Parts: sequence; C-alpha cells; structure tokens
Amino acid sequence: MKIVVAMRQLADLVEELEVNADGTDIDRDFVKFVSNEWDEAALEEALCHKDDGDAEITVVALDEPDVDQTLYTALAKGADRAVKLTGHDPEGWIRTGDRAAILASWLERDDFDLVLTGVQAADDLDGQLAGVLAERLGVRHAAVVVGFHDADSAVQVEQELGGGTVAVSSLELPAVLGIQAARQTPRYASITRIRQAQQTQTIQEVEISAGGSLGGTVRKISPPKKRGGAEMLEGSASEVAERIAELIRSKGLARS
Amino acid sequence: MPVAGKKQLPDVVELESAIVKSPISGREWDVSGSFSRMLNPRVLTDYTYAGFAKIASLTGGESLQNCYGCGKCVPVCPVDLVGEYGPRKIHRRVQTGLDLFKADELWMCTTCANCLRVCPKQVNMVEVMPAVREAAVAAGDIPEELQVVMEKTFRYGNALGENPRKRHAWTKGAGVPVRVLSGDPGPVDVLFYVEDYWSYHPRGQQAAQAFARLLSHAGVDFAILGAEEKTVGDSQRLAGEKGLFEALMEEVVQVLDKYDFRRIVTPDPHGFNALVKEYPKYGHNYEVLHYTQLLAPLVGNLPLTNRIDAKVTFHDPCYLGRHNGEYDAPRTLINAIPGVELIEMGRCKGNSYCCGGGGGGMWLDGFNANHLTERLSERRVREAAETGADILAVCCPYEVSRFEDAAKSTGNERLKVMDISELLDMAIG
Ligand code: SF4
Ligand code: SF4
Repeated sequence: MKIVVAMRQLADLVEELEVNADGTDIDRDFVKFVSNEWDEAALEEALCHKDDGDAEITVVALDEPDVDQTLYTALAKGADRAVKLTGHDPEGWIRTGDRAAILASWLERDDFDLVLTGVQAADDLDGQLAGVLAERLGVRHAAVVVGFHDADSAVQVEQELGGGTVAVSSLELPAVLGIQAARQTPRYASITRIRQAQQTQTIQEVEISAGGSLGGTVRKISPPKKRGGAEMLEGSASEVAERIAELIRSKGLARS
Repeated sequence: MPVAGKKQLPDVVELESAIVKSPISGREWDVSGSFSRMLNPRVLTDYTYAGFAKIASLTGGESLQNCYGCGKCVPVCPVDLVGEYGPRKIHRRVQTGLDLFKADELWMCTTCANCLRVCPKQVNMVEVMPAVREAAVAAGDIPEELQVVMEKTFRYGNALGENPRKRHAWTKGAGVPVRVLSGDPGPVDVLFYVEDYWSYHPRGQQAAQAFARLLSHAGVDFAILGAEEKTVGDSQRLAGEKGLFEALMEEVVQVLDKYDFRRIVTPDPHGFNALVKEYPKYGHNYEVLHYTQLLAPLVGNLPLTNRIDAKVTFHDPCYLGRHNGEYDAPRTLINAIPGVELIEMGRCKGNSYCCGGGGGGMWLDGFNANHLTERLSERRVREAAETGADILAVCCPYEVSRFEDAAKSTGNERLKVMDISELLDMAIG
C-alpha cells in the first residue's frame, strides 16, 4: 500500500507569539517552527503499518521554516521518500485552503492509496485540511481516525466519536484520513540517525504553481483579551482551607 | 542482605532437565535442576558467549566480558545500595541470557565510576553503558522521559526545553554588570560557560547570580555567551546520544571560535568533563576550569567578613572528583568561610556517593522509581543529615534541586542545600 503523509510546520509555543506590525499575522521573524503533533501521529500510524506489512511511505510537506528537519526526521524514522513542495512564499502564512490546493495538485500526479494527515493543527482547529484535500482529489475522506486496517481495495477505519463511541466503517481506496491518534506514542529517531539521513538521503523538491490564493484576506488579528486570572491564597493551612471551603460553598458546589 | 535495598531472591538459571553423557563409558547422569544439584556434576555449557560478543563488538563495550566475578564493585555501586546493580550483577545477567540492549538495567547506571575505581579487571561501565545505550537509542529503544529531554536538547540547545533567547535572563538579578559577548565582543580573560541549570532553574539562577558577584568582587574580567550558549550535552552523550553531543559540539565550537578569551570557567562538572576530556579527542583544546578551581586561588581577594556559624558537609560531584580528580578546591573555599565547620560524610572524595543525576539519571527519576527502593539523592541526603550538619554544600548545578527535593521527601527539611558560590556570597561583607 502506498501511503502519503502530509506534514505541516507550526509556530513553536516555547516563544510568546506576537502580532506583527500591521496586525495581520503573527510576527514570524523570531519564531521557531515545529511539526504539527497530529501529523506526527499520522506518521507514526503509517510507520506502524509499514512495520506490520508492506506499506511504502512518502512524507510530503510544503516549504516552510525548519521543514527540512521534520522531513529528515521522518526519513530517519523509516519513511521511504521525502518530498518538499515549493513555488509559494515559504515565510508567509499558508491558509489551509491553499495548502490543500498545493498538496492536491502534487497528489494528482503521484500515485497513492492513502493520504494521512493530522486531524487538526493549531492553525486549523476545525480540521479542514483532510476534508478539503479529499474533495479536491475527488476521493473519500474520514476524520478523527484512531486506527485503520487494509481490506483489499478498501480500508476499514475506526473513528472516535463523542462520548467514547468508536465507529467502524469501510472506505474504498484511494482515501484521505485525518488522524487523531496513533496506536503508540511517536517513536524516537536518534540524532545520530537524523544526521545520517541528512548525509545519505535527499529531499526531492517539486515546484507547484497552484495559482492565486483562495482564502479571504485577514484584516486584523489580535491576542484574546485576558479574562479572570488566578488568585493566590495566603496564610496558614487552616486559613487557606477555610477560604477554599468558603469559595466552594459560595459557588454552590457543596451543600451546607 | 544489604540495609536499604529491597533484595530479590536470585534468579535460578539452571536447566530444568539436563543429562550429561560420558564420552568414554557412554554412561548418563541426570543433572536436572534440583535442590541437590550442587552435589552433582554441573552443566557448564548452559550459557553462551553471544551476549558478550554483541556488547564487545561495540567500541567501548569490550571490557564487560573481562569481569572475573570478584565482587568488589557491588558494595561500592550506589545503585546496588537501593536496588540490584553493579557490573558483576550485570555481567552475570548477560551471561545468563539478559538482552542488555532491551533491558531496563541499561538505563540505571549513573556512570559514577566508583566500580572502576576498585575493579582489578578494569571493567569500565563509563564506556560500556554509553556504547550499549547508543545502539539501543539508534534502534529506537529509549525511555520516554529521556526521549523528551533529547528532543528538547536538540531543538533548543538545553535539556529543560526553555527558550534559548532567555538563557541570560538570570543576569538581571545579579546586581553586578554581566557582559554578554555578542553585544560586546572584545577580548576577555574568563568565559563563564553557565550551562543549563544555572541558566534556567530558579535555584541555579541564584547560584549564577552569586557567582557573578564573586567574580566581580575578585576583580575577574569575565563575560558570558548569552543566547549563543548551548549545553555541552555530556550527560546526553553518556545516556546514549553521541550524535546529539557531536551536533552540539559543532555549534559550540563555532560560537567559541568567534571570541577571544583566555579560559573557560563552568559550574557544571559534566560540561567541564566533556570540555577537558572529550573535546580534545576531536581536536578542540581549551583551557578549562571548574568554577571552584578558579576561585580557590583567589579566595584571599574576597572580603569574607560575615561569619556563618554552621556545620557544613560537602558532597563531591562524581564528575569533578572521581572523574577529574579535584577534591581540594571546593574544600579550600568552604574552609575559607569564617565560622564554618566542615564535617565529612563517611562516603566522601574518591568514595563519594552518587546523587543519581549522572549519565542521564537526572532525567530518569520516574523510570528508576520502578526499580529502586529510594532515590540515590534521598539516600545521600540521609547520610548528610546523619553527620549533624546544618548545610549540605554542593558545587554541581544538578544537585541543589535534587537534594532539596530529597531533603523534603525524607523529612530532613532542617538541612539546607546550598551551592558553594551562595555560601561565599553570603559571607561577603
Ligand atoms: S570488580 Fe570488576 S572483576 Fe570484580 S566483579 Fe566487579 S566488574 Fe567483575
Ligand atoms: S558506574 Fe556507578 S552506577 Fe554504574 S555500575 Fe559502576 S558503580 Fe554502579
């Protein structure tokens, strides 16, 4: 089975994010970028399938800051091929719709059975990427997937629905899956292996001209207003306990 | 039966059914495992050399097979005191089929080198363990707690995963100017290599601030690298990530090459160890001092006029003492403080007990909790408290937080844990 894992880079929250001078994006100059953790789960699930049988894994990502490190790490973990799509502004904000368009125009030329990507990302909290991508490719789609199995020309997927319900359904291939979780925590690629991958493997670059942007224009973004906050209770243990009890009572959480 | 350990019954590794056949008479003896087996001929071919062969094929792994079972190493191994460990036990378990590459035992050695000090056969766990760990890590076998630290170190250049741009945030509270070379790149005498825990840990920052004040009192011309500094990563190397260590070294050397300094001074015995012993193997030679070595000859220049009337005991860091032979400089500093009475613990200097933080142990507390009756730091704090000391003095950035936690968890809050730089700073009038 040919599996493509689409990965994206996100601002690392170790730094405090700031809004840029004209108020239309985060200030990207001083931000470090890391790969989306749900995409890491998608990669891990693909690697588990490769461990179990014969999957061939291609990781694909758009050219974005520090993306090479993400791709080499995927190669070090066992992906067979890494592709970087260029032809857009790598420093700018890539909207989910544009991302789907760029990925789709590459995938149309490439051969695949399954595309896996993270069900969501910090800049795609609605989890649109997988769905829009499937629509553009004209293939089936499932979101919040927590596991899947091969079944000839179909794939059986498990989706996590609300309230702990898991739905099992069958999708004809090819298909796009938005991965919620892998069966295990993402594996470790030792730095030695990442460095070996950098020296011995190459990232294939493909230029895509996907045409103009589909998204609207952002007029203004701003950090959310601070609300509430924590109050530190001071005093002896019994005074603090008294205050806590009072608070619990005043909120109607306890009787008497 | 050792005092503190939860000792297990020995694993009996004998064949359940075994027949020995005489090649001459053809007669057979049944020597199957049984209570009276000791009285019968023993089957000596139960074990294969395979385990040792695999380990000995690694650079650094050669010496484990040399063990001849004398047992000297076990009572000095700090891990055995709170569990089941030591080179002899590891040797025996590998001989009887343990796959060290997959075993939890692989991660429990702190590379403290106390076994090497007494071993007549020079079985060197400080090389064996990192070599086997490196192979395990390459195969993806690494405890999760440690994996997180390796990833953070690779990404941010520090084990705590803190923002690299805030590396010199501690200087604000120092009360004396601290020159940062990137902003003021002229020649300097001492490059103060702060390392991770003095840069970011709140208790470490206090020690860093105290040390900056001491340097300024002693009239030392010093500067730091600030945001350009990354950890040397020696403990990451010993925990099996030599690749990470080498990647960091390339970056560290590149930054060091930009500046004109005479010597490097660091508070971290682990970084110190790597700069002194590992960097030269790659052709990078610097004059490096531990901070106690810089201060000891200058202690006369410090106005130590405040008395500290206290009994102080001192914990020798493995990587300053046993690994690099420095026992005197910290003691010179402690003894220079008026009012202080230095009391030694039973295990001190060459036989100092390990705090448990070396060789990756710093980041494996949760993992090791499944195997040890108590933390090494707790064992050590109890020993320090038994001397009747008021203060446990340390000079390794890992230790203040480890021992402070241990003092709380063992009910020895009375014992204050302080870095020597903080003690000196308090004594300055
Ligand atoms: S001291 Fe050396 S030779 Fe003796 S048991 Fe320990 S490792 Fe083996
Ligand atoms: S190096 Fe230290 S912890 Fe490791 S086996 Fe030797 S004595 Fe024990």
